[in-house]
Parts: sequence; C-alpha cells; structure tokens
Amino acid sequence: MSTTQDTHHGKVDAATGVSTTGHEWDGISELNNPLPRWWLWVWYACIVWAIGYWILFPAWPLINAATPGLLGWHSRTAVQVQLADLQTLRSESAAKLANASLEQIEQTPALLTLARAQGRVAFADNCAPCHGAGGGGATGFPNLNDDDWLWGGSLEQIQQTIQYGIRSGDAEARTGSMPAFGRDGILQKAEISAVADYVRTLSGIAQPGADFAKGKEVFAANCAACHGEDGKGNLELGAPNLTDGIWLYGSDKATIEYGIVNGRGNVMPAWHARLEPTTIKALTVYVHSLGGGR
Amino acid sequence: MSTIQDPIRTPAKALRFGEAGLLVVFAAFAFFAIIVAAKAYTPAYAFHAYLFAAASIAAVFAIGNRYMARPAGPVPQVNADGKPNYNFDVVKFCTIAAVVWGIAGFLVGVIAALQLAFPVVNFDLPWISFGRLRPLHTSAVIFAFGGNVLIGTSFYVVQRTSHARLVGDLAPWFVVLGYNLFIVIAGTGYLLGITQGKEYAEPEWYADLFLTVVWVTYLLVFLGTILKRKEPHIYVANWFYLAFIITIAVLHLGNNASVPVSVFSPKSYILWSGVQDAMFQWWYGHNAVGFFLTAGFLALMYYFIPKRAERPVYSYRLSIVHFWALIFIYIWAGPHHLHYTSLPDWAQTLGMTFSIILWMPSWGGMINGLMTLSGAWDKLRTDPIIRMMVVAVAFYGMSTFEGPMMSVKAVNSLSHYTEWTIGHVHSGALGWVAYISFGAIYCMVPWLWNKREMYSLKAVNWHFWVSTLGIVLYISSMWVAGILQGLMWRAYTQLGFLEYSFIESVEAMHPLYVIRAIGGILFLSGALIMAWNVWKTITMPEAAAEQSLALAPAE
Repeated sequence: MSTTQDTHHGKVDAATGVSTTGHEWDGISELNNPLPRWWLWVWYACIVWAIGYWILFPAWPLINAATPGLLGWHSRTAVQVQLADLQTLRSESAAKLANASLEQIEQTPALLTLARAQGRVAFADNCAPCHGAGGGGATGFPNLNDDDWLWGGSLEQIQQTIQYGIRSGDAEARTGSMPAFGRDGILQKAEISAVADYVRTLSGIAQPGADFAKGKEVFAANCAACHGEDGKGNLELGAPNLTDGIWLYGSDKATIEYGIVNGRGNVMPAWHARLEPTTIKALTVYVHSLGGGR
Repeated sequence: MSTIQDPIRTPAKALRFGEAGLLVVFAAFAFFAIIVAAKAYTPAYAFHAYLFAAASIAAVFAIGNRYMARPAGPVPQVNADGKPNYNFDVVKFCTIAAVVWGIAGFLVGVIAALQLAFPVVNFDLPWISFGRLRPLHTSAVIFAFGGNVLIGTSFYVVQRTSHARLVGDLAPWFVVLGYNLFIVIAGTGYLLGITQGKEYAEPEWYADLFLTVVWVTYLLVFLGTILKRKEPHIYVANWFYLAFIITIAVLHLGNNASVPVSVFSPKSYILWSGVQDAMFQWWYGHNAVGFFLTAGFLALMYYFIPKRAERPVYSYRLSIVHFWALIFIYIWAGPHHLHYTSLPDWAQTLGMTFSIILWMPSWGGMINGLMTLSGAWDKLRTDPIIRMMVVAVAFYGMSTFEGPMMSVKAVNSLSHYTEWTIGHVHSGALGWVAYISFGAIYCMVPWLWNKREMYSLKAVNWHFWVSTLGIVLYISSMWVAGILQGLMWRAYTQLGFLEYSFIESVEAMHPLYVIRAIGGILFLSGALIMAWNVWKTITMPEAAAEQSLALAPAE
C-alpha cells in the first residue's frame, strides 16, 4: 500500500526514508524507528521516582510486614495527626462552648456566633435530611423555624431532644405516642369520623356540624387526656396543640382520620452517641435561634 | 456404489461433529433451563431461565436449518481465486450489534444524566431508578457496544492479518450470539434488580458462568486462527487482542468467584470479604479498563489507523516495548482506586507508583498511533474518519496522563469520590474508546459490505463535530464539578468547622449536571447520524466498482 522501495538495505519507506522490518500484514508494514529518546528518559525518571517513593514510604510486602519506609509514615498516624490538629484549632472555641451554659452562649454575641457557625453545618449534615435544609420541616418532621413545639422549645428541652431523641429506643428518650384508636378497636368508625370533624373545628378550619356533640364527647373521653380538654396539647407527652392551625401530617379529614385509626409516632434518633457534647450544644443554640426558641 | 462410479457427484451430506454435538448440548440445556424456570425462587430468575431455554431452542432450529441449506462437505478454507474464504458474517453481525447497543447505551446514559440533574426523570419507577440504570449504562457502553466492537474487529483483523479463515464453523457464531445473549441477560437483570453489586461485574453467577463458556470459546477461535496463519509473524494488533482476551478471562474468574445460594436462585455470595474483596474488585475493575478498554482498543488502533492512512506503523520496536510494559505494569495499578481506605499502605503505594510507571508505556501507544500519520498528515484535513481516529488517540494520550496524575495520593485526596473521576472515565470512554470504535466502524462497513466508501463522508464530519462538542461539554463540566466538590468537601472555616454541608455541594452540582446532560445528548445525536450513515451505506445499491485498495489481498 504505502510506497516502499527495495534497496540493498531492505525495504525503505519513501515518505520518511526509514527502513521497514520487512514483514507485511494485509498491506501494513512497520518502520524501524528507534524508541523516542524523550519517551525513554521520562519513563526512566518515573521509575526512579517510584523507587525513591518505595524507599521513603511503606511499599513491598515481606513475610510478616511490609517495608516500612524511611520516613516512618503511616496513614493511621497521619489521620490522627490531622484530627489532633483540628482539635487544636477547635479547642479554644470548644472550651468556650464547653464551659459556658446554654444561656450564657446565647447571651454572649461572640459565643453565639461561634455556636451558630458550628451548628449550621452540623445541622445541615445531620438534621437537614428530615427537617429540611433551613429547618423548615416536612410532612411528619416538624418545622423548627416556628414557635410551635411538640416537646418544648426552651434551650434545655431542645438539648434533651437532640441528645436522646424521640422514641429512639434510648433509655432517656422522649416516649409516648398516639394510640391506634381504630386499628386497636378502641373507637368505632362513626366515632372516629365525628371526632375528626370535631378536631377540625378546634382550629377553625371547619364549622361545627351535626356530629359536633358526639365528637366533643369522644374527644373528652379519649383524646383530652393527652391533648388537653381545650385541645391545646401537652409538651410533657409530646401531644400537639390542635388549635393553632399547624399540622405535622396534614389538616384534611382523611389524614386526621388516618392518624386516629393507626396512631402516630415518628422517630428521631439519639445523637449523644454520635455527636460530641459541644456539637450538641452548638446545635441546640442554633435550633433555638432559628426563630422559634422559647 | 454410485459414488465410486460417478466421482463428480457430491459426497453424501452428514452432520458435522460440531453440529451434532451442539444440537445435543442445546437440546439438553433447553430442557434443563425449563426445569430451573419452573422451580425458580423469583419471577425475574424464571424469566432468565426461560430466556436461556428460548435461546437454546432457537439455536437447535438455527443449526438444523443451516444444515439443510448448506452444501455437503467441509467448509472451504480458500475461494476459487485462491484467496482465503474469510468468515465475515460474524463480523457483520457484531458491527450492527455495536451500533445498536451503542445507541441504547448512550441513550440510557443521557437518561441517567438527566436523572441526576432532574430527579423527577426517574418517574418513581423502580426499574429505571438511577441505581439500576447506571450499571445498565456502563455495561451497555463498555460490554455491549465496546465488546461487540472488540469481538467483531478482532475476528476481522485476525483473519486478514493471518491470511486465514476463522477457525471453527459454528464456534464463531456461538461466540458472537452467546456474547450478545449474555448482554441481554445482564441488562434485563439490572432492570429487574438482579445484581451482585460489584462495579462493572454486576451480573450474577449464572450469567458469569455462561460468559465463561462463551469467552473460552472466543479464546480458542482466536488462538486457533492465529495458529493456522499463513504469515510468518503475528501482527502487533493480534498481540493486543490476545492479551485482552486472556486477561479478561482471568479477571472475570477472579472477581466473580462466588457460591450460588441454589441453582434455582439468582443470588450468590462472593468468596472474598472485606478489604480483600475490595482489592479483588479493583484489581478487576482497573484491569477491565486496562485490558478491555485500553489493550483491546489499541489493537483497533494498530490495524485501522495504518490501514486507513495507508502508512506503515511508526516503530516496531516501540510497539514491542510498550506492549510488554503495558501488560506487566497495568496489572499492579488497581489499588489506586482504594486510596485512603483500609487497604494497607504498602498496597496503596504500589498502586500509585506503578500507575506513574505506567504513564510512558501507555503513551507508547499514542506515539505509535500519531506518528504513523507522518507522511500523511494532510489526511487529517481531507479524511474525517482519519481525523476521528487521530482525535481518539489524542484523547487516549490525555486520559492516560490524567489517570496516573489522579493516582497520586495528594491529587486523589481531592479527586476521589468526586465527578472528576466521572469526567476522567468519559474522556477515555467517549474520546478514546468510542472514537476509535467509530473510526473502525466507518472503515469496516464499506469493506464488509463491499462498497467503495461510506454513504456520506459529510455525515461522518457532522458526527465528528457534534460529538466532539458533546465530549468537550461533558468532560469540562465534570472537571469543574469534581474540583468544586473536592474543594467544598475539604473547606474548613477559620474556627475549624466544615464550611459546607454535603447537601450544599449537591446543590452546587445542578448547573454542571445540566451541561453534562447536554453534552451527552450531543454525543448521542452524533451516534444517531452514524447509525443512519451505516444503514444507508449497507443498503445503497452501488457496489465497489473495483476492489478498493483496502481490500487488496495481502501478498
């Protein structure tokens, strides 16, 4: 195919003047060019660099252990050093947060800035998946920006919730859940319908209907123990206020009936095993400062 | 008696040994598959067993029909004109399969990219959720598209450079059809939720076993053809094909060593565990890149570039040195996928340093590919097919520099787990693997179907520019995305707290994901132009007026 000439040196490629190896496969021949010099030298340099690296760092496995390397570098110690550096960097602020009470942190602008800086990222990485990036909540997961609290919005109450969680299985966790009145046969279908209608009147989203009296009666007998006679809820039990127009799951009748039939009881994990005390403190102040803290 | 009296009369037709053997094997296997289907634990597995049964029954009928239609006597090895009676039908099948699978794989990639930019695109359907589409995309482009290109071109190149017909009568067909059946089993398995959860090795044990049989047959056909070659030496492309076939077999067996729960269940458990399993996985994963996507496609480069450019290969010596260096060094580099994990430090060191040593051996292929153009550089201007293959080699050079660079631990600490890795993979996959494949397809289609040239070189040019723009958008957006992610994840405030939450880094990806999806759509569009062009070329009435230069017999 390509022009080659037979000379006394064998076949020579006309375009480049380089001889070929003499073989040809399906019209393809190969030139006798040497290895490019720069290519060879860069390769040697890479090999020399690798050998140097092997001498300095852990490299070749032997019978019991690998060659440790002259630098004595080890990835685990390297991580420990980095973590220690981070602790040093944080120690001043951590000590300040550790030594101050939650109230002091909130009342001292410098400490508040510190706690909010740490709390913001801790919240985004740990809490936002359920409570939303800005703490705005989602169905079943409370909005933390408003002043409506299920278990209390004071600093201490928030800290307690974060540390031990809600129905998390932790011994200190907040427990108590809404029973499944329908599924467990406590209330009949008509009673559930009536009490759902009644609950909707408490916040003014529905007008009293024909079953108002019956609903009120059922409420008093079954619901008032936790939600209160007036339906204003109970922070000790995590029973929501039913009069404020803020709904965790939804305000339509079907959703309320579903809750009465099946009960409610979402879970928040206990964070004390996973987050450091100062991080929990920072988170507490951060959540408290979102706008709804009491 | 009559045959003795009449020597011209053709001999009595009889089943060949292979035909009879395969008829029995397929019939028995169909029976077995139906039993498995009936007792299968899950509907998805029963579906696969029925697929195997249907394919086996179809094979029985196909072999029967073929026997009825074929002339008696052995397959002629040479034609009447003395040239080898090349077996190009299997190559034609692979070429068309490659185009079809390519379009499917690119399309699934586009959908997956759109899902990342706009999660609503998964339509809440489990079958097309990202977790299932992602392996479907990777397997479709690497194994379905790339695999058909490799098998098809290897069967083409080994015949032409050995000056001999493929070994075996039914064996090449078993390889080609069996491999594509494996692709169907693997792909439908992902959609139905069957996976062993190993990247690039997702198919479960039964698909793996079947592929093993197909692959060993492939090796035997390829090796047998080389052994009966009429040339004194083995051409360099065939070294690369052989290295690819053998190493993939070893990797496949090592990484898929698993114990099935039952013959009636798709589920199996891998023999390795913990960090050993991770190391096996990335020994496999990295060398799938090294021997499937690098060595295999270098074989294409070594045949189609000199052939199309009509120039000799630049340096025989370089081809030998970089071949053996690549083979011996690549196999060490896998641990660089496991930097900063529980993999022992020494293994990480070896993975990194061998990746650096690998840089020049990889570039040896690039130099040989590009310098083969010396004396014919003008063809870059005039021949869009040459241009495509040369740009492929340029992308190859770029990704084989980028890879060693990313294997350096300091760089890896920034790039690991980010989109940079995705960008790197795609500069290799789209720029190198796909472009050299497109180039080979554009060369081979006219040769196989006996046409003078592709139907439209203008369309090839359009394909080139549209998809090049797509690649540039894809890889540059992923570079930016990856570096941005890496920097956001490691950013600390002055107080020692993380500057950004993870979700903020996800939000920052959105515009870049949109650009990536646009890049993918452009790349897919280019491939559709190719599919149209291939179709028009095959169906156009004009046959090659005279045998083109490329088809001239080697003497």
